[in-house]
Formats: sequence, C-alpha cells, structure tokens
Amino acid sequence: MKPIKKPLGHFLALITKAAAATTFLVMAFLILYILINGLPHLTPSLFEFKYTTKNVSMFPALVSTIIMTALSLIIAVPLGAFAGIYLVEYAKKGNRTVKVVRVTAEALSGIPSIVYGLFGMMFFVTYLKWGNSILAGAFTLSIMVLPLIMRTTEEALKSVPDSYREGSFGLGAGRLHTIFKVVLPSAVPGILAGVILSIGRIIGETAALIYTAGTVTEMPQNVFSSARTLSVHMWALTGESLHKNESYAAGVVLLILVVGINSFSAFIAKKFIKEGK
Amino acid sequence: MNKFSISQLYLYYDNFCALTDINIDIEDKNITAFIGPSGCGKSTFLKTLNRMNDLVDGCKVTGEVLLDGTNIYKDVDTNLLRKRVGMVFQKPNPFPMSVYDNIAYGPRAHGVKSKAMLDEIVEKSLQSAAIWDELKDRLRKPALALSGGQQQRICIARAVAVSPEVLLMDEPTSALDPISTSKIEDLVLELKEKYTIIIVTHNMQQAARVSDKTAFFLLGELIEYGNTNDIFSMPTHKKTEGYISGRFG
Repeated sequence: MKPIKKPLGHFLALITKAAAATTFLVMAFLILYILINGLPHLTPSLFEFKYTTKNVSMFPALVSTIIMTALSLIIAVPLGAFAGIYLVEYAKKGNRTVKVVRVTAEALSGIPSIVYGLFGMMFFVTYLKWGNSILAGAFTLSIMVLPLIMRTTEEALKSVPDSYREGSFGLGAGRLHTIFKVVLPSAVPGILAGVILSIGRIIGETAALIYTAGTVTEMPQNVFSSARTLSVHMWALTGESLHKNESYAAGVVLLILVVGINSFSAFIAKKFIKEGK
Repeated sequence: MNKFSISQLYLYYDNFCALTDINIDIEDKNITAFIGPSGCGKSTFLKTLNRMNDLVDGCKVTGEVLLDGTNIYKDVDTNLLRKRVGMVFQKPNPFPMSVYDNIAYGPRAHGVKSKAMLDEIVEKSLQSAAIWDELKDRLRKPALALSGGQQQRICIARAVAVSPEVLLMDEPTSALDPISTSKIEDLVLELKEKYTIIIVTHNMQQAARVSDKTAFFLLGELIEYGNTNDIFSMPTHKKTEGYISGRFG
C-alpha cells in the first residue's frame, strides 16, 4: 500500500526544496557572474610589482591583504583563544567578571565595522600617532574579530567531554597539562572554524580599513606604511568607475584567496581530527 | 593495617548535605565495596578520597580523611594525592590518542621523559591490566577504536601507570557486557595483590564476588560496614537486609 501524503506535508517538502534550490542558484549565479566578468580581464599586467594608473596592478593590494590578515590574526587569535580558555577552564561558574566579559563580547560583535573604523582612526591613527598604516588597520580589525574568536573558542572547549578532564585530573595531571594535552587538541577544529570566519571578515572588510590603513596603492615598506587591501582596492576602483573590469578581476582573486585559505584550514582541521581518532 | 581512616566526614553541595557523619577505616591491600541505591552518596564519598569533588562547584567537606595518617584535606598537593590515589570511571574515558599515549599520559604529566622508561611503563601497565597480549601490536592505534571492555582495561592500565597505592573504581563495569565484566572482575582480584582497591557497584553479586569488606550507604549515611561474607549472610541492620534481598533500592 502506498502511504498517503498529506497536503501540508507536500507543501512543506516543496518549500524546503525550493529554499535549498534558491540558495544554491543565487550562490552559483554570483560566483559565475564574477568569474565571467573577471576572468577575461585577469591579465599579467594586473600583477606587476608597481602600481601605475596604466596597469592598475593589484599586486601591492594582494600583498597588503596577506600582511593585514596575518598581522590581525597574530594579535587576535592568541588573545581571543586564551580569553576563551580562561572563561571555560579557569573562571568559576557564575563569576561576575565572566558575565561582564561575555556581555561585552556580545555587544562588540554586533557593532557595525564602520564604528570600529572610526575608533581606530581616533585612537590608533590620531592618538597613538601611527598614521594611516597597516598596523593601525590590523589592530582595528583584530579588535573587530576578537569576540568572534573568543566565542568560538568557548563553544569548542565546552563541547570537549568533561570525562577527558576528569580522566586527566584523576591521574594527578595539573590544570595546564590537562588543557594543553587533552582539551585543546580536541577543540582545535572548533577554534579553527572561528579563525576561518575571522579570516573571511578581515579579507572582506573595507569600511574599517579606509579610515585606518588608508587607500594608498603602493607596495607597503613596513607595518607603518599606509596600504589598501584587495577589498579596499575593489571599492576604490569601482568608485573611480574607470576600472570596472579590473575590479571584477580583483574579485576573482579574492574569491580564489578565500577558497584557498578555507580549504587549507579545513585540511589542518582534518589532520587534527585524524590524529585524535 | 588501615590505608584510609575517615572520621566525622560531612559533605555539602551548597546547602544540601550529601554525606552525614561518615566514620570508616579502609584496610590496605584489600578490596572494599561500596553498595547502596542510586543517590545514596557512595560515588560522592569515593570522590572525596582523591578530592575529585574539588572540581564540583559549591562542594564543601568537613571532617577528617587520613591517608596513611595524613589529612588529605590539609596541606596536600592534590596532583600528588591523585597520583597516589588513582581512579577508574564509570564510563570508559580513554583520551582521543593512541593506546601508547594514553598509558604514557600520566607518567609524562609527572615528568617522565625517557623513551625507554615510558616503553617499560606502558608494557608493564598493559600487562597488569591483562590486555598486553591483545594490544601489543596495536599500541599506535587510537584507543577510541577499541571495544568498551578493552577501553575500560586501558583506563585501568592508565591509572596503574602512575604506580598509585590506591585504586578507586566508580562502577567500572556498569557500561560493559557480561564477558567484559567478568574479565574486569578477574583483573580486580589480581590487582588486589599490589593495590588497595575501593569499588563502587550497583551489582550486589559483584560486591559479593570480589570484595573483602562491604559498606552499605543509604541517603548519605553509612548504615553498615563489615566483612563481605557477614554482610551478605547475616546483616545486622534491617535496612541492609532489605536492600540486599532486593526489597528496595
């Protein structure tokens, strides 16, 4: 006997399928659109070492993006991860400070990036006299992604079974040993997921950087040089409206960069999981 | 000789009194079983013996717990205490690493670095947990891929690896099948030669089979304590008799 399908069940199944299909189509369209518009203009001259108004090279911006991302992560990951470790492993439950830190982190993660940009401009650029620089940009961005890394670290640590901790303490291992040898290795994939999200936000950020790192097209000399990342580069090119094609080409490179970094992180996470099992 | 000597022990979770006026002496190189219905405090009491209760928020202990004459709630390094008083948990909880690393974990945590020494400890510990022959070719395999019974014996080997004096076992067979259970019971009887063993169990037959002494707990109180044979053949207390004969619990 064939099961009788109720009309409501039919309808709901249809809606879920339609939603999944729409999401996929939108994504596919977006990526194809960028590739079709960008790939033909991805010429070698776009990767010349020096930017001129003629070649509109994105190479300095590509280098700046990588430096900016690395620097922001170097600042934000240890801070965020250790803050998360403190909150989960050390702080007593119901502690006042913990509540304050959590509420603050939640509030911070809801603030629009332009506000971070304004703060960065007033504090790092003006007050600390760093000027428009990669350093000011990186510090601003690291404050921006700090709550994200802290929260994902917290969640990752919370998902490590307490029985691991008990087992370790039961053998007379200290807290530090327990955290670094048993808890953290199990939590690394979760923490990496947070880092990947942060990389996405850093690479995609424009508003906060225009005010802090500037829009200079030159190859950065050091961390105090002003520079533009690829996203800012795209924004600037589109704004000038003379270089739409080059802007699309930069979009393609951004896309490849993000996909590359994500698969690399996924690879590392997988390695950790394999070793654990 | 007494390994543990406990007097006037009270334990509170916030305002709830989980253990009331416990007085008990536990003999060296002997197997002592704690029995009683769920929530009677036997596991809680077990955890006061190596201060695992310290990890529970709002837990407070008063009274005296003497280990070889020293009060473990005064001036004792909990890490060293837990090295002397090892623990095996209800659910097998090997770490997500290889068999070898699981066993070597404790010694490494206490500063053993030499590869030769670790190799020796791992072999000896696995042998005393009667699992060396099964696993000697699979030391590099992840411990989590083993069966539940094997995992529990890994956990026993892991506890033995730091050469403790006492082994606390919190219902070590409740998550295992009958065959694994009987293997663990045989193992416990063998380990008695070297270690003082305290075992919490829900299984009355198990207590009768393996233990020399039995303590019966009810609602946070120690009702009766004596030789296992006496407790099971002629309990002096009505409540003990009721529990053993299966009238409640």
